[in-house]
Amino acid sequence: MNTLLLLLGMAAVTYPVRAGLWLRGGQIPPRLKQALDYVPTAVLTAITVPAVLLHNDQVWLSWHNAQLAGALVTGIIVWRTRHLLWGIGGGLVVYALWRVWLA
Amino acid sequence: MHCVGAKSEVSVRMRNMTAITSSPAQPAPNLHPAGFWQGARDTLPMLIGAAPFGIIYGTLAISHGLPVWATLLMSALVYGGASQFIAVTLLAAGTSAPIIIATTFIVNLRHALYSAALLPAVSALPRSWRAVMAWFLTDETFAIVFHKLDSGEPVRLARFYMGSALAMFGNWLFWTSTGIVLGQSVPGIANWGLEFAMVATFVGIVVPLLKDRSHVAAALAAAAVAIVARGLPFKLGLMAAALVGITVGVLLAPKAQASVEAQP
Repeated sequence: MNTLLLLLGMAAVTYPVRAGLWLRGGQIPPRLKQALDYVPTAVLTAITVPAVLLHNDQVWLSWHNAQLAGALVTGIIVWRTRHLLWGIGGGLVVYALWRVWLA
Repeated sequence: MHCVGAKSEVSVRMRNMTAITSSPAQPAPNLHPAGFWQGARDTLPMLIGAAPFGIIYGTLAISHGLPVWATLLMSALVYGGASQFIAVTLLAAGTSAPIIIATTFIVNLRHALYSAALLPAVSALPRSWRAVMAWFLTDETFAIVFHKLDSGEPVRLARFYMGSALAMFGNWLFWTSTGIVLGQSVPGIANWGLEFAMVATFVGIVVPLLKDRSHVAAALAAAAVAIVARGLPFKLGLMAAALVGITVGVLLAPKAQASVEAQP
């Protein structure tokens, strides 16, 4: 039941974002539009960086950090080739190798 | 600008369409507008690209203890890969529902930009169609439909859109189910570090977004705050990091861009 409420809540905040402009009309004010442009960058970075760098609530900047190694490889591949799936694949391979070698 | 052009283009083509249908003797292969199947076919590369994400989401959700029905229902109700990944991860970390819902809202806010970009084209369609179409507005369908409108080729917008949307939606449910089966049948898959697939995905999405100084600064600010504020309760560190990142980005945004967007 709680799970169902969670799913309905998630849908209830997602659908209006998609449908609002199309159903109510109007426009997004230019300032808000500009702010929205930075939402994916800020949110995804805020989720990803702690996931990569934090280990037992401490910042772990080390070659032994498999997540860091994999994330760096993904970032470099996507930066150079603009190919998302190759980047993810390369990062996953490096991450897996790191875990096997350093386990 | 492109959109306004695309809109008039679409309405003109739609009128032509009626003319063509009412007089079938007139062959006009070049004017044959793209419909449902063309929309689905144009989406094919996206269908393949979404497969690994669907599988990983399904596997991750099951291995974190989300029931099968809820795993599938989330794909149908929320239908946004990034927000589903995060919700499952937060759920596994014992995060409360209001925080998960708030995070979902923030992660899916980008769809408002897509609806704004397509607004001039869809505003000619009946309201009830728009209500249905909006349910399926994802990164992929937006990209396919916007590209089609931008090309100026004739298109029956609602059919083309729904072709792309339903192909994408069915594809997402299918690969979610495949992930569910994997999560149930491969013992110990929860320890494989599948979360890293989400991390890699987000890194891959963010890197192309860092197209100027303001975006780099927004990312650095968000990262710094997310690390420093990690101890805050209720995942408030994430919210704070997002807000600070967005603010820094807006403050450093190129002036030219702002003035162009300010014009009607």
